[in-house]
Amino acid sequence: MTYSHLTGLLDTDAIRKDFPVLSRVLHDGKPLVYLDNAATSQKPRQVLEALNAYYEQHNSNVHRGVHVLAEEATALYEGARDKVAAFINAPSRNEVIFTKNASESLNLVANMLGWADEPYRVDADSEIVITEMEHHSNIVPWQLLAQRTGAKLKWFGLTDEGRLDLSNIDELITEKTKIVSVTLVSNLLGTVNPVETIVRKAQSVGALVAIDASQAAPHAALDVQALEADFVAFTGHKMLAPTGIGVLWGRQELLEDLPPFLGGGEMIETVTMGSSTYAPAPHKFEAGTPPIAQAIGLGAAIDYLSAIGMDKVAAHEHAITAYAIERLAEVPDLRIIGPRTAVDRGAAISFTLGDIHPHDVGQVLDEQGIAVRVGHHCARPVCLRYGIPATTRASFYLYSTPGEVDALIDGLHHVRNFFA
Amino acid sequence: MKLDSMYQEIILDHYRNPHGKGLRDGDAEVHHVNPTCGDEITLRVKLDGAVVEDVSYESQGCSISQASASVLNDLVVGKTVGEAQQVQEAFLELMQSKGQSEGDEEILEDAVAFAGVSKYPARVKCALLGWMAWKDATAKALAGHPEITTD
Ligand SMILES: Cc1ncc(COP(=O)(O)O)c(C=O)c1O
Repeated sequence: MTYSHLTGLLDTDAIRKDFPVLSRVLHDGKPLVYLDNAATSQKPRQVLEALNAYYEQHNSNVHRGVHVLAEEATALYEGARDKVAAFINAPSRNEVIFTKNASESLNLVANMLGWADEPYRVDADSEIVITEMEHHSNIVPWQLLAQRTGAKLKWFGLTDEGRLDLSNIDELITEKTKIVSVTLVSNLLGTVNPVETIVRKAQSVGALVAIDASQAAPHAALDVQALEADFVAFTGHKMLAPTGIGVLWGRQELLEDLPPFLGGGEMIETVTMGSSTYAPAPHKFEAGTPPIAQAIGLGAAIDYLSAIGMDKVAAHEHAITAYAIERLAEVPDLRIIGPRTAVDRGAAISFTLGDIHPHDVGQVLDEQGIAVRVGHHCARPVCLRYGIPATTRASFYLYSTPGEVDALIDGLHHVRNFFA
Repeated sequence: MKLDSMYQEIILDHYRNPHGKGLRDGDAEVHHVNPTCGDEITLRVKLDGAVVEDVSYESQGCSISQASASVLNDLVVGKTVGEAQQVQEAFLELMQSKGQSEGDEEILEDAVAFAGVSKYPARVKCALLGWMAWKDATAKALAGHPEITTD
Protein backbone atom coordinates (compact mmCIF):
# COMPACT_ATOMS: atom_id res chain seq x y z
CA MET A 1 0.00 0.00 0.00
CA THR A 2 1.29 3.51 -0.68
CA TYR A 3 0.47 6.41 1.54
CA SER A 4 1.55 9.19 -0.77
CA HIS A 5 -1.76 10.96 -0.21
CA LEU A 6 -0.92 11.45 3.47
CA THR A 7 0.97 14.66 4.08
CA GLY A 8 3.06 15.71 7.04
CA LEU A 9 4.22 12.23 8.04
CA LEU A 10 7.44 11.99 10.01
CA ASP A 11 10.27 9.65 9.08
CA THR A 12 8.97 6.87 11.30
CA ASP A 13 11.56 4.37 10.05
CA ALA A 14 14.24 6.50 11.66
CA ILE A 15 12.19 7.40 14.75
CA ARG A 16 11.20 3.81 15.48
CA LYS A 17 14.86 2.79 15.68
CA ASP A 18 15.06 4.92 18.83
CA PHE A 19 12.35 2.88 20.55
CA PRO A 20 13.67 -0.61 21.30
CA VAL A 21 10.31 -1.99 22.42
CA LEU A 22 8.69 -1.22 19.08
CA SER A 23 10.71 -3.98 17.42
CA ARG A 24 9.25 -6.62 19.72
CA VAL A 25 7.59 -9.60 18.11
CA LEU A 26 4.69 -11.15 20.00
CA HIS A 27 2.85 -14.46 20.03
CA ASP A 28 3.56 -16.43 16.83
CA GLY A 29 5.74 -13.91 15.09
CA LYS A 30 3.34 -10.94 15.13
CA PRO A 31 5.12 -7.58 15.27
CA LEU A 32 3.94 -5.38 18.12
CA VAL A 33 1.46 -2.73 16.93
CA TYR A 34 1.35 -0.39 19.90
CA LEU A 35 -1.83 1.69 19.79
CA ASP A 36 -2.20 2.44 23.49
CA ASN A 37 -0.34 5.72 23.55
CA ALA A 38 -3.06 7.65 25.35
CA ALA A 39 -2.47 5.34 28.33
CA THR A 40 1.29 5.65 28.20
CA SER A 41 3.92 6.23 25.57
CA GLN A 42 6.99 4.14 24.84
CA LYS A 43 10.42 5.50 25.76
CA PRO A 44 13.27 6.28 23.36
CA ARG A 45 16.86 5.16 23.98
CA GLN A 46 17.82 8.78 24.62
CA VAL A 47 15.56 8.86 27.71
CA LEU A 48 16.73 5.46 28.92
CA GLU A 49 20.34 6.56 28.49
CA ALA A 50 19.72 9.75 30.48
CA LEU A 51 18.33 7.66 33.34
CA ASN A 52 21.29 5.31 33.22
CA ALA A 53 23.84 8.08 33.00
CA TYR A 54 22.28 9.74 36.01
CA TYR A 55 22.35 6.60 38.12
CA GLU A 56 25.80 5.50 36.89
CA GLN A 57 27.55 8.85 37.14
CA HIS A 58 25.70 11.43 39.18
CA ASN A 59 23.31 9.78 41.63
CA SER A 60 22.88 11.89 44.76
CA ASN A 61 20.18 13.67 46.67
CA VAL A 62 19.46 17.16 45.45
CA HIS A 63 19.70 20.62 47.02
CA ARG A 64 21.53 19.70 50.19
CA GLY A 65 25.01 18.42 49.55
CA VAL A 66 28.21 20.31 48.99
CA HIS A 67 29.93 17.43 47.22
CA VAL A 68 30.41 17.01 43.50
CA LEU A 69 27.67 14.46 42.93
CA ALA A 70 25.12 16.50 44.87
CA GLU A 71 25.91 19.53 42.78
CA GLU A 72 25.68 17.56 39.56
CA ALA A 73 22.40 15.93 40.53
CA THR A 74 20.97 19.30 41.54
CA ALA A 75 22.10 20.88 38.28
CA LEU A 76 20.52 18.05 36.28
CA TYR A 77 17.26 18.15 38.23
CA GLU A 78 16.97 21.93 38.05
CA GLY A 79 18.07 21.76 34.42
CA ALA A 80 15.06 19.56 33.74
CA ARG A 81 12.89 22.30 35.24
CA ASP A 82 14.39 24.80 32.81
CA LYS A 83 13.59 22.46 29.93
CA VAL A 84 9.98 22.09 31.04
CA ALA A 85 9.65 25.86 31.47
CA ALA A 86 10.92 26.45 27.93
CA PHE A 87 8.76 23.63 26.51
CA ILE A 88 5.55 25.19 27.82
CA ASN A 89 6.71 28.79 27.40
CA ALA A 90 6.42 29.53 31.13
CA PRO A 91 7.40 33.10 32.04
CA SER A 92 9.49 31.76 34.93
CA ARG A 93 11.11 28.46 35.84
CA ASN A 94 9.84 28.99 39.39
CA GLU A 95 6.32 28.35 38.11
CA VAL A 96 7.14 24.72 37.28
CA ILE A 97 6.35 22.30 40.11
CA PHE A 98 7.42 18.69 39.80
CA THR A 99 4.85 16.15 41.02
CA LYS A 100 4.53 12.44 40.52
CA ASN A 101 1.85 12.61 37.79
CA ALA A 102 -1.08 14.65 36.52
CA SER A 103 -3.34 13.21 39.19
CA GLU A 104 -1.09 14.57 41.91
CA SER A 105 -0.89 17.93 40.13
CA LEU A 106 -4.68 18.25 40.04
CA ASN A 107 -5.04 17.09 43.63
CA LEU A 108 -2.45 19.67 44.60
CA VAL A 109 -4.51 22.47 43.03
CA ALA A 110 -7.68 21.26 44.74
CA ASN A 111 -5.92 21.13 48.10
CA MET A 112 -4.27 24.53 47.70
CA LEU A 113 -7.70 26.02 47.14
CA GLY A 114 -9.27 24.13 50.00
CA TRP A 115 -6.72 25.50 52.47
CA ALA A 116 -6.28 28.95 50.89
CA ASP A 117 -7.29 32.28 52.39
CA GLU A 118 -9.70 34.58 50.64
CA PRO A 119 -10.09 35.36 47.79
CA TYR A 120 -9.10 31.89 46.57
CA ARG A 121 -10.61 29.79 49.33
CA VAL A 122 -13.22 27.28 48.20
CA ASP A 123 -15.95 27.13 50.83
CA ALA A 124 -19.64 26.36 51.24
CA ASP A 125 -20.64 29.40 49.17
CA SER A 126 -18.35 28.50 46.29
CA GLU A 127 -18.92 26.67 43.05
CA ILE A 128 -16.50 24.44 41.18
CA VAL A 129 -17.01 23.81 37.46
CA ILE A 130 -15.66 20.85 35.50
CA THR A 131 -16.89 18.93 32.43
CA GLU A 132 -18.49 15.59 31.74
CA MET A 133 -15.50 14.50 29.64
CA GLU A 134 -12.87 14.73 32.37
CA HIS A 135 -10.57 11.90 33.32
CA HIS A 136 -11.38 10.66 36.84
CA SER A 137 -8.20 12.50 37.91
CA ASN A 138 -9.95 15.77 37.15
CA ILE A 139 -13.27 14.75 38.71
CA VAL A 140 -12.56 13.00 41.99
CA PRO A 141 -10.24 15.67 43.51
CA TRP A 142 -13.03 18.22 42.96
CA GLN A 143 -15.68 15.90 44.37
CA LEU A 144 -13.52 15.49 47.46
CA LEU A 145 -13.02 19.24 47.75
CA ALA A 146 -16.75 19.85 47.31
CA GLN A 147 -17.63 17.24 49.94
CA ARG A 148 -15.11 18.61 52.43
CA THR A 149 -15.98 22.27 52.01
CA GLY A 150 -19.67 22.14 51.11
CA ALA A 151 -18.95 23.78 47.75
CA LYS A 152 -21.19 22.95 44.81
CA LEU A 153 -19.79 20.94 41.88
CA LYS A 154 -21.18 21.76 38.42
CA TRP A 155 -20.19 20.56 34.96
CA PHE A 156 -20.48 21.20 31.25
CA GLY A 157 -22.36 18.47 29.38
CA LEU A 158 -21.46 16.99 26.00
CA THR A 159 -23.07 17.20 22.58
CA ASP A 160 -23.99 14.11 20.59
CA GLU A 161 -20.94 14.79 18.39
CA GLY A 162 -18.59 14.45 21.35
CA ARG A 163 -17.92 18.16 21.89
CA LEU A 164 -18.39 20.31 24.96
CA ASP A 165 -21.84 21.84 25.18
CA LEU A 166 -21.10 25.47 25.96
CA SER A 167 -24.68 26.66 25.49
CA ASN A 168 -25.27 27.16 29.22
CA ILE A 169 -21.86 28.63 30.02
CA ASP A 170 -23.47 31.70 31.63
CA GLU A 171 -25.42 29.55 34.07
CA LEU A 172 -22.44 27.34 34.86
CA ILE A 173 -19.75 29.95 35.39
CA THR A 174 -21.06 32.66 37.72
CA GLU A 175 -19.93 35.07 40.41
CA LYS A 176 -19.86 32.13 42.79
CA THR A 177 -17.40 30.12 40.69
CA LYS A 178 -13.98 29.87 42.31
CA ILE A 179 -12.34 27.40 39.95
CA VAL A 180 -13.02 25.93 36.53
CA SER A 181 -11.02 22.82 35.68
CA VAL A 182 -11.17 21.40 32.15
CA THR A 183 -9.24 19.07 29.96
CA LEU A 184 -7.61 20.48 26.86
CA VAL A 185 -7.92 17.14 25.02
CA SER A 186 -10.23 14.28 26.04
CA ASN A 187 -8.49 10.96 26.56
CA LEU A 188 -11.60 9.03 25.55
CA LEU A 189 -13.27 11.14 22.85
CA GLY A 190 -10.14 12.72 21.44
CA THR A 191 -11.90 16.11 21.39
CA VAL A 192 -9.76 19.24 21.55
CA ASN A 193 -11.71 21.73 23.65
CA PRO A 194 -12.13 25.46 22.96
CA VAL A 195 -10.67 26.43 26.31
CA GLU A 196 -10.20 30.11 25.29
CA THR A 197 -13.96 30.62 25.55
CA ILE A 198 -14.03 29.09 29.01
CA VAL A 199 -10.96 31.02 30.17
CA ARG A 200 -12.48 34.30 29.02
CA LYS A 201 -15.73 33.62 30.82
CA ALA A 202 -13.92 32.54 33.98
CA GLN A 203 -11.78 35.67 33.93
CA SER A 204 -14.89 37.82 33.63
CA VAL A 205 -16.21 36.47 36.94
CA GLY A 206 -12.83 36.33 38.68
CA ALA A 207 -12.62 32.52 38.78
CA LEU A 208 -9.37 30.60 38.45
CA VAL A 209 -8.86 28.12 35.61
CA ALA A 210 -6.96 24.84 35.74
CA ILE A 211 -6.25 22.94 32.54
CA ASP A 212 -5.56 19.24 32.34
CA ALA A 213 -3.07 19.04 29.49
CA SER A 214 -2.20 15.36 29.97
CA GLN A 215 -3.36 14.46 26.46
CA ALA A 216 -2.18 17.74 24.95
CA ALA A 217 1.40 18.28 26.10
CA PRO A 218 2.69 15.08 24.43
CA HIS A 219 1.13 15.87 21.07
CA ALA A 220 1.32 19.56 20.19
CA ALA A 221 3.03 22.77 21.20
CA LEU A 222 1.78 23.92 24.60
CA ASP A 223 2.01 27.59 25.49
CA VAL A 224 0.80 28.36 29.00
CA GLN A 225 0.92 32.10 28.37
CA ALA A 226 -1.26 31.84 25.30
CA LEU A 227 -3.72 29.65 27.22
CA GLU A 228 -4.04 32.36 29.89
CA ALA A 229 -5.01 29.76 32.46
CA ASP A 230 -3.87 29.82 36.08
CA PHE A 231 -2.74 26.22 36.38
CA VAL A 232 -1.76 23.61 33.81
CA ALA A 233 -1.21 19.96 34.72
CA PHE A 234 0.36 17.13 32.73
CA THR A 235 2.12 13.84 33.19
CA GLY A 236 5.54 12.72 31.94
CA HIS A 237 4.92 9.09 31.07
CA LYS A 238 2.57 9.96 28.22
CA MET A 239 5.28 12.10 26.57
CA LEU A 240 8.20 9.65 26.32
CA ALA A 241 9.37 10.20 29.92
CA PRO A 242 9.43 7.61 32.72
CA THR A 243 6.52 7.08 35.08
CA GLY A 244 6.67 8.91 38.40
CA ILE A 245 7.05 12.46 37.11
CA GLY A 246 4.34 15.02 36.49
CA VAL A 247 4.16 18.78 36.23
CA LEU A 248 1.98 21.47 37.66
CA TRP A 249 2.53 24.89 36.19
CA GLY A 250 0.98 27.77 38.13
CA ARG A 251 1.07 31.55 37.84
CA GLN A 252 3.76 32.96 40.10
CA GLU A 253 1.58 35.35 42.16
CA LEU A 254 -0.79 32.51 42.88
CA LEU A 255 1.95 30.14 43.91
CA GLU A 256 3.25 32.81 46.26
CA ASP A 257 -0.15 33.31 47.88
CA LEU A 258 -1.41 29.75 48.03
CA PRO A 259 -0.54 27.46 50.94
CA PRO A 260 1.52 24.28 50.65
CA PHE A 261 -0.23 20.93 50.74
CA LEU A 262 2.38 18.33 51.66
CA GLY A 263 4.89 19.25 54.34
CA GLY A 264 8.39 17.87 54.72
CA GLY A 265 11.99 18.31 53.78
CA GLU A 266 12.93 20.63 50.89
CA MET A 267 9.81 22.78 51.19
CA ILE A 268 10.83 24.82 54.23
CA GLU A 269 12.83 27.93 54.99
CA THR A 270 13.18 27.53 58.77
CA VAL A 271 11.65 25.04 61.16
CA THR A 272 11.21 25.31 64.92
CA MET A 273 9.21 22.93 67.05
CA GLY A 274 6.39 25.46 67.09
CA SER A 275 6.12 26.38 63.42
CA SER A 276 7.82 26.69 60.07
CA THR A 277 8.20 29.12 57.25
CA TYR A 278 8.23 27.92 53.70
CA ALA A 279 10.63 28.04 50.81
CA PRO A 280 9.46 30.05 47.82
CA ALA A 281 7.71 28.27 44.94
CA PRO A 282 8.30 25.84 43.38
CA HIS A 283 10.06 24.23 46.35
CA LYS A 284 7.18 25.09 48.68
CA PHE A 285 5.17 22.46 46.82
CA GLU A 286 7.86 19.79 46.53
CA ALA A 287 8.07 18.17 49.96
CA GLY A 288 10.63 15.41 50.39
CA THR A 289 13.16 13.93 48.01
CA PRO A 290 11.72 14.48 44.55
CA PRO A 291 11.68 11.97 41.64
CA ILE A 292 15.14 13.10 40.51
CA ALA A 293 15.95 10.57 37.81
CA GLN A 294 12.40 10.79 36.49
CA ALA A 295 12.59 14.58 36.18
CA ILE A 296 15.88 14.21 34.32
CA GLY A 297 14.20 11.63 32.10
CA LEU A 298 11.43 14.13 31.39
CA GLY A 299 14.07 16.67 30.42
CA ALA A 300 15.56 14.15 27.98
CA ALA A 301 12.10 13.40 26.57
CA ILE A 302 11.53 17.11 26.01
CA ASP A 303 14.88 17.37 24.23
CA TYR A 304 13.83 14.48 22.00
CA LEU A 305 10.43 15.97 21.18
CA SER A 306 11.83 19.46 20.67
CA ALA A 307 14.50 18.20 18.27
CA ILE A 308 11.73 16.81 16.08
CA GLY A 309 9.49 19.83 16.69
CA MET A 310 6.06 19.74 18.29
CA ASP A 311 4.39 21.20 15.21
CA LYS A 312 5.74 18.31 13.16
CA VAL A 313 4.60 15.81 15.78
CA ALA A 314 1.13 17.35 15.65
CA ALA A 315 1.04 17.28 11.84
CA HIS A 316 2.09 13.63 11.76
CA GLU A 317 -0.56 12.60 14.26
CA HIS A 318 -3.18 14.63 12.44
CA ALA A 319 -2.44 12.76 9.20
CA ILE A 320 -2.50 9.37 10.93
CA THR A 321 -5.73 10.23 12.75
CA ALA A 322 -7.46 11.40 9.58
CA TYR A 323 -6.35 8.22 7.80
CA ALA A 324 -7.56 6.06 10.70
CA ILE A 325 -10.98 7.76 10.77
CA GLU A 326 -11.31 7.23 7.03
CA ARG A 327 -10.39 3.54 7.24
CA LEU A 328 -12.46 2.80 10.36
CA ALA A 329 -15.51 3.85 8.34
CA GLU A 330 -14.95 0.70 6.24
CA VAL A 331 -15.55 -1.60 9.18
CA PRO A 332 -19.23 -2.60 9.39
CA ASP A 333 -21.04 -1.82 12.67
CA LEU A 334 -18.19 0.33 13.91
CA ARG A 335 -19.30 3.49 15.71
CA ILE A 336 -16.79 6.15 16.65
CA ILE A 337 -17.51 7.66 20.07
CA GLY A 338 -16.32 11.23 19.67
CA PRO A 339 -15.81 13.57 16.71
CA ARG A 340 -15.95 11.77 13.37
CA THR A 341 -13.60 14.22 11.72
CA ALA A 342 -9.96 15.00 12.35
CA VAL A 343 -10.79 18.67 13.00
CA ASP A 344 -10.04 19.85 16.56
CA ARG A 345 -9.24 16.32 17.44
CA GLY A 346 -6.38 14.49 19.10
CA ALA A 347 -4.95 11.10 18.21
CA ALA A 348 -7.13 8.93 20.46
CA ILE A 349 -10.09 7.26 18.74
CA SER A 350 -12.69 5.36 20.76
CA PHE A 351 -15.25 3.13 19.14
CA THR A 352 -17.72 0.33 19.63
CA LEU A 353 -18.00 -2.63 17.27
CA GLY A 354 -21.58 -3.88 17.01
CA ASP A 355 -22.44 -5.58 20.25
CA ILE A 356 -19.05 -7.24 20.61
CA HIS A 357 -17.79 -6.20 24.01
CA PRO A 358 -14.56 -4.13 23.96
CA HIS A 359 -12.90 -6.69 26.21
CA ASP A 360 -13.39 -9.29 23.54
CA VAL A 361 -12.29 -6.91 20.80
CA GLY A 362 -9.10 -6.13 22.69
CA GLN A 363 -8.37 -9.77 23.41
CA VAL A 364 -8.65 -10.87 19.80
CA LEU A 365 -6.60 -7.87 18.63
CA ASP A 366 -3.95 -8.74 21.19
CA GLU A 367 -3.64 -12.17 19.66
CA GLN A 368 -2.55 -10.39 16.49
CA GLY A 369 0.02 -8.30 18.32
CA ILE A 370 -2.16 -5.18 18.39
CA ALA A 371 -2.26 -3.36 21.73
CA VAL A 372 -5.34 -1.19 22.26
CA ARG A 373 -7.10 -0.09 25.43
CA VAL A 374 -10.55 -1.33 26.39
CA GLY A 375 -12.89 -0.22 29.15
CA HIS A 376 -14.10 3.18 30.32
CA HIS A 377 -10.63 4.76 30.19
CA CYS A 378 -11.04 6.40 33.59
CA ALA A 379 -13.79 8.57 32.10
CA ARG A 380 -16.87 6.58 33.07
CA PRO A 381 -19.27 9.55 32.88
CA VAL A 382 -18.54 9.76 29.14
CA CYS A 383 -19.62 6.13 28.70
CA LEU A 384 -22.78 6.83 30.70
CA ARG A 385 -23.46 9.91 28.58
CA TYR A 386 -23.34 7.88 25.36
CA GLY A 387 -25.15 4.89 26.84
CA ILE A 388 -22.32 2.42 26.36
CA PRO A 389 -20.55 0.26 28.94
CA ALA A 390 -17.09 0.70 27.51
CA THR A 391 -15.14 1.40 24.33
CA THR A 392 -12.13 0.13 22.46
CA ARG A 393 -9.58 2.90 22.00
CA ALA A 394 -6.73 3.14 19.52
CA SER A 395 -4.35 6.01 20.14
CA PHE A 396 -1.37 7.13 18.09
CA TYR A 397 1.91 8.91 18.62
CA LEU A 398 4.88 10.22 16.68
CA TYR A 399 6.10 6.71 15.86
CA SER A 400 2.72 5.39 14.67
CA THR A 401 2.52 4.46 10.99
CA PRO A 402 -0.27 4.18 8.41
CA GLY A 403 0.72 0.50 8.16
CA GLU A 404 -0.28 0.13 11.81
CA VAL A 405 -3.66 1.67 11.02
CA ASP A 406 -4.05 -0.96 8.28
CA ALA A 407 -3.11 -3.70 10.75
CA LEU A 408 -5.82 -2.40 13.10
CA ILE A 409 -8.44 -2.47 10.34
CA ASP A 410 -7.49 -6.03 9.33
CA GLY A 411 -7.58 -6.97 13.01
CA LEU A 412 -11.07 -5.55 13.44
CA HIS A 413 -12.36 -7.53 10.46
CA HIS A 414 -10.87 -10.60 12.09
CA VAL A 415 -12.62 -9.77 15.38
CA ARG A 416 -15.96 -9.57 13.59
CA ASN A 417 -15.43 -12.92 11.93
CA PHE A 418 -14.35 -14.49 15.19
CA PHE A 419 -17.55 -13.55 17.00
CA ALA A 420 -19.88 -13.83 14.01
CA MET B 1 -3.84 -21.01 18.84
CA LYS B 2 -3.88 -19.58 22.33
CA LEU B 3 -7.07 -17.65 21.76
CA ASP B 4 -9.09 -20.80 21.26
CA SER B 5 -8.08 -21.96 24.72
CA MET B 6 -9.92 -18.94 26.10
CA TYR B 7 -12.81 -18.74 23.68
CA GLN B 8 -13.90 -22.38 23.81
CA GLU B 9 -16.91 -23.19 21.67
CA ILE B 10 -18.93 -23.90 24.83
CA ILE B 11 -18.19 -20.41 26.10
CA LEU B 12 -19.19 -18.81 22.82
CA ASP B 13 -22.41 -20.86 22.80
CA HIS B 14 -23.36 -19.70 26.28
CA TYR B 15 -22.47 -16.13 25.28
CA ARG B 16 -24.73 -16.25 22.22
CA ASN B 17 -27.58 -18.01 24.04
CA PRO B 18 -27.36 -17.24 27.75
CA HIS B 19 -29.33 -19.55 30.01
CA GLY B 20 -31.67 -18.14 32.61
CA LYS B 21 -31.06 -14.51 31.72
CA GLY B 22 -33.60 -11.91 32.87
CA LEU B 23 -34.67 -10.88 36.35
CA ARG B 24 -37.31 -12.95 38.12
CA ASP B 25 -38.61 -13.18 41.63
CA GLY B 26 -35.93 -13.67 44.31
CA ASP B 27 -35.21 -13.66 48.04
CA ALA B 28 -32.18 -11.43 47.68
CA GLU B 29 -30.68 -9.18 45.04
CA VAL B 30 -27.17 -7.84 44.58
CA HIS B 31 -25.49 -5.58 42.06
CA HIS B 32 -21.81 -6.20 41.31
CA VAL B 33 -19.49 -4.31 39.00
CA ASN B 34 -16.03 -4.93 37.70
CA PRO B 35 -14.52 -1.48 38.19
CA THR B 36 -11.71 -1.95 35.71
CA CYS B 37 -13.92 -2.63 32.71
CA GLY B 38 -17.41 -1.60 33.68
CA ASP B 39 -18.98 -5.07 33.45
CA GLU B 40 -22.11 -5.16 35.61
CA ILE B 41 -24.54 -7.73 36.89
CA THR B 42 -27.73 -7.55 38.91
CA LEU B 43 -28.46 -11.00 40.27
CA ARG B 44 -31.28 -12.50 42.31
CA VAL B 45 -31.33 -15.76 44.21
CA LYS B 46 -34.55 -17.59 45.05
CA LEU B 47 -34.37 -20.37 47.61
CA ASP B 48 -36.88 -23.13 48.22
CA GLY B 49 -35.84 -24.31 51.66
CA ALA B 50 -32.21 -25.34 51.26
CA VAL B 51 -32.52 -25.71 47.49
CA VAL B 52 -31.52 -23.05 44.94
CA GLU B 53 -34.80 -22.64 43.12
CA ASP B 54 -33.70 -19.90 40.72
CA VAL B 55 -30.81 -17.64 39.85
CA SER B 56 -31.91 -14.80 37.62
CA TYR B 57 -29.77 -11.95 36.36
CA GLU B 58 -29.48 -8.95 34.11
CA SER B 59 -25.95 -8.29 33.01
CA GLN B 60 -23.81 -6.36 30.64
CA GLY B 61 -20.28 -7.28 29.77
CA CYS B 62 -17.86 -9.31 27.71
CA SER B 63 -18.39 -12.80 26.37
CA ILE B 64 -16.51 -14.32 29.30
CA SER B 65 -18.62 -12.66 31.99
CA GLN B 66 -21.86 -13.34 30.11
CA ALA B 67 -21.06 -16.99 29.45
CA SER B 68 -19.92 -17.50 33.00
CA ALA B 69 -23.24 -16.22 34.41
CA SER B 70 -25.09 -18.56 32.06
CA VAL B 71 -23.02 -21.57 33.15
CA LEU B 72 -23.57 -20.56 36.77
CA ASN B 73 -27.30 -20.67 36.23
CA ASP B 74 -27.02 -24.15 34.71
CA LEU B 75 -24.86 -25.49 37.49
CA VAL B 76 -26.43 -24.20 40.67
CA VAL B 77 -30.17 -24.15 40.01
CA GLY B 78 -31.74 -27.29 41.47
CA LYS B 79 -28.83 -28.05 43.79
CA THR B 80 -28.89 -27.60 47.55
CA VAL B 81 -27.14 -24.46 48.73
CA GLY B 82 -24.39 -26.62 50.24
CA GLU B 83 -23.75 -28.43 46.94
CA ALA B 84 -23.89 -25.21 44.98
CA GLN B 85 -21.36 -23.62 47.32
CA GLN B 86 -18.99 -26.49 46.60
CA VAL B 87 -19.34 -25.85 42.88
CA GLN B 88 -18.69 -22.17 43.46
CA GLU B 89 -15.56 -22.94 45.46
CA ALA B 90 -14.31 -25.35 42.80
CA PHE B 91 -14.87 -22.71 40.12
CA LEU B 92 -13.05 -20.08 42.17
CA GLU B 93 -10.13 -22.47 42.62
CA LEU B 94 -10.04 -23.17 38.89
CA MET B 95 -10.00 -19.47 38.07
CA GLN B 96 -7.17 -18.86 40.51
CA SER B 97 -5.08 -21.70 39.06
CA LYS B 98 -3.19 -19.51 36.53
CA GLY B 99 -3.67 -22.14 33.86
CA GLN B 100 -2.32 -24.95 36.05
CA SER B 101 -5.62 -26.77 36.61
CA GLU B 102 -8.03 -28.40 34.18
CA GLY B 103 -10.87 -28.43 36.70
CA ASP B 104 -12.87 -31.38 37.97
CA GLU B 105 -15.43 -32.17 35.28
CA GLU B 106 -17.53 -34.19 37.75
CA ILE B 107 -18.23 -31.05 39.76
CA LEU B 108 -17.80 -28.27 37.21
CA GLU B 109 -19.31 -29.79 34.05
CA ASP B 110 -19.38 -27.10 31.30
CA ALA B 111 -17.52 -24.69 33.58
CA VAL B 112 -14.23 -26.54 32.96
CA ALA B 113 -14.24 -24.70 29.63
CA PHE B 114 -13.11 -21.64 31.59
CA ALA B 115 -9.78 -23.27 32.53
CA GLY B 116 -8.07 -21.41 29.67
CA VAL B 117 -9.35 -18.06 30.95
CA SER B 118 -7.38 -18.53 34.17
CA LYS B 119 -4.19 -17.85 32.19
CA TYR B 120 -5.32 -14.29 31.51
CA PRO B 121 -5.18 -12.33 34.78
CA ALA B 122 -7.14 -9.44 33.28
CA ARG B 123 -10.04 -11.75 32.43
CA VAL B 124 -10.32 -13.79 35.63
CA LYS B 125 -12.44 -11.06 37.20
CA CYS B 126 -14.81 -11.22 34.23
CA ALA B 127 -15.30 -14.95 34.73
CA LEU B 128 -15.87 -14.54 38.45
CA LEU B 129 -18.28 -11.59 38.32
CA GLY B 130 -21.50 -13.62 38.28
CA TRP B 131 -20.20 -16.21 40.71
CA MET B 132 -19.17 -13.63 43.29
CA ALA B 133 -22.55 -11.96 42.90
CA TRP B 134 -24.26 -15.32 43.45
CA LYS B 135 -22.19 -15.99 46.57
CA ASP B 136 -23.08 -12.60 47.95
CA ALA B 137 -26.78 -12.88 47.08
CA THR B 138 -26.97 -16.35 48.59
CA ALA B 139 -25.42 -15.14 51.85
CA LYS B 140 -28.02 -12.36 51.93
CA ALA B 141 -30.88 -14.75 51.20
CA LEU B 142 -29.69 -17.09 53.94
CA ALA B 143 -29.38 -14.21 56.40
CA GLY B 144 -33.08 -13.61 55.80
CA HIS B 145 -33.91 -17.26 56.49
CA PRO B 146 -32.04 -18.31 59.63
CA GLU B 147 -34.07 -21.54 59.70
CA ILE B 148 -32.21 -22.86 56.59
CA THR B 149 -29.11 -24.89 57.31
CA THR B 150 -26.71 -25.57 54.47
CA ASP B 151 -24.58 -28.44 55.69
C1 LIG C 1 -6.81 13.53 30.37
C2 LIG C 1 -6.04 12.84 31.46
N1 LIG C 1 -5.94 13.42 32.65
C3 LIG C 1 -5.25 12.85 33.66
C4 LIG C 1 -4.63 11.63 33.50
C5 LIG C 1 -3.93 11.04 34.67
O1 LIG C 1 -2.58 10.86 34.46
P1 LIG C 1 -1.75 10.12 35.58
O2 LIG C 1 -2.39 8.78 35.76
O3 LIG C 1 -0.37 10.01 35.04
O4 LIG C 1 -1.85 10.93 36.81
C6 LIG C 1 -4.72 10.99 32.27
C7 LIG C 1 -4.08 9.68 32.05
O5 LIG C 1 -4.59 8.60 32.14
C8 LIG C 1 -5.46 11.60 31.24
O6 LIG C 1 -5.60 11.00 30.04
